[in-house]
Parts: sequence; C-alpha cells; structure tokens
Amino acid sequence: MTEWLHMGGYAVYVWSSYGIFLAVLAVNVLGARRAHRSAKRAARRRLERNGI
Amino acid sequence: MFHSLTTPGRFHAFTGRLLPWLSWPAALLIAAGLVTGLYFAPPDYQQGDTVRIMYVHVPSAWVSLFGYVFMAGAGLTALVWHVKVAEAVSIAAAPVGAWFTAVTLATGSLWGRPMWGTWWEWDPRLTSELVLLFLYLGVIALYNAVPDRRKAARAAAILMLVGVVNVPIVHFSVEWWSSLHQGPSVSKLDAPSIHVSMLVPLLLMALGTTLAFVAVTLERARAHLVESEMGKRWVKELVRGTDS
Repeated sequence: MTEWLHMGGYAVYVWSSYGIFLAVLAVNVLGARRAHRSAKRAARRRLERNGI
Repeated sequence: MFHSLTTPGRFHAFTGRLLPWLSWPAALLIAAGLVTGLYFAPPDYQQGDTVRIMYVHVPSAWVSLFGYVFMAGAGLTALVWHVKVAEAVSIAAAPVGAWFTAVTLATGSLWGRPMWGTWWEWDPRLTSELVLLFLYLGVIALYNAVPDRRKAARAAAILMLVGVVNVPIVHFSVEWWSSLHQGPSVSKLDAPSIHVSMLVPLLLMALGTTLAFVAVTLERARAHLVESEMGKRWVKELVRGTDS
C-alpha cells in the first residue's frame, strides 16, 4: 500500500495531478448545479414579487 | 424533434431528462479510469509511475480542444441562425473549457518537472495550449464586458470563431515544429502506438471526462436560459414546480 502511494518516488507529482483534476471536476459539477439552483431561486423570487 | 429543441423551454426540459444519462456514465467511466490508471496499469519503463499523469493530463487536453470546438460551433449557430439555446450553450461552455485547459497546463507541468527537468518551456505545444486558455478567458471577459446580452454573445462568438484556428495549431504543433512534447500516439491516421494496458484507462478517462464536460455545460446552459428568460411563461411554470 505504501509502495503504491509512493508512486516510485514521484508521489507529489502524481497525486497533485489527480488532486487537481478531481478538484476541478468537483468545482465544475457543484458550480453548475449551484448556478442552476440560484437562477431558479431568483426567478421564483421575481414571480412572487410581481404576482401571477 | 430537433426543431423543438431550439425552444428554450423544451431544451430545458429535455436536457433535464438527458443529464442523468450523461452524468452517471461519466462518473462510472472516470471511477473505472482512476482504478485502472492508478492501480492496474503498469509503470512505464522510462517514465515510471509519472506516466499515470497521462490519464488525467491527456483527457483534459482532449476536452480542452473538443470543448473549444463545441463552444465555437454553438457560437456559430447562435451568430448565424440566431438560436438562443445555442447562445446559452456557447457561453456556458467557456468557463468549463477554460478549467480543463488550466488542468492540462498544470498536470503537464507536474509531469514535465520530473521528466523534462522543467515546469515550463516556450515550446509550440505548451505555448499554443496557453494561448487556448487566453482565448477562453478572453471570451469570458468579452461577454462580461458588454452590457447588452445579445451584443455580448455576438462579440464573444466572433472571438470564439477567430480563435478556432488555434485548435489545429495545438494538435499539429508537435508535427510542424520541433517540440519537447511527444507526438500523437492515439489521434493520428494509424493504429494507436500505445499498449492496451495503458490505452484502456486513457480511453475510459477520455470518454468519462468528455461526458462530464457536456453534462456540466448543459447544466450551466440551463441556468443561463432560466436567468435570461425570467419573464417568460416556461420559467414561471418551471418555478411553480412542474419541471426540475
């Protein structure tokens, strides 16, 4: 297990790369969902304000 | 069917149903790619375990290029045929593509440092990919700088189209000029010159990342449409609780 984490001495390069990739993926997925949710929230607020 | 998809309300509903069919396969493909790439794939006889960086670097690079063409294609459609949905998709794609371009550059650096002894070189492949990032950021900045949405989208689309010439430059840079970066092993007019034990995680990650790009872009496009069509009936019906 430690040998695998060690990545032949290149651990910092390999794990940083995967960490960056997965972090960016998460930021994009969560960010997109948040953008959609807040757009709908804003629309709902406007609807309630203006009636109908 | 395709004609109705250009109606914002129908596009929003349709993509809402489509999204799980993109995001679940994306998650599974990426998970499978991570396991095969990090564990089952062998180390390289020259590069050792740093070769595993390929399984995130190359898919990100492919998506950065595919994403740009996707964005520019949607931009062209919006510009020429005045399709609002295409406009939303093109604007939505820009930040996502920019992120993957940044990941390509960062992971490339992390691979280059141990293998080439340098974080960066003004090499044709690296430089043209950096230019790609600037183009993405330029599109985003331009869109945000123009107050009128329609004009902003039109200006952004023109920049997208001007920049599309950079995509083949990035791809062919390693063939046209002498480059530190290795040449194409997969996307060329020949059988892939890469062992299957490495090709499998690479393709799993490439497909998964591409589906993730499309899913994220479509969700952003939906958000953009809700925002820009706020007064319309389909949005009112949406927030009253029928659609998702």
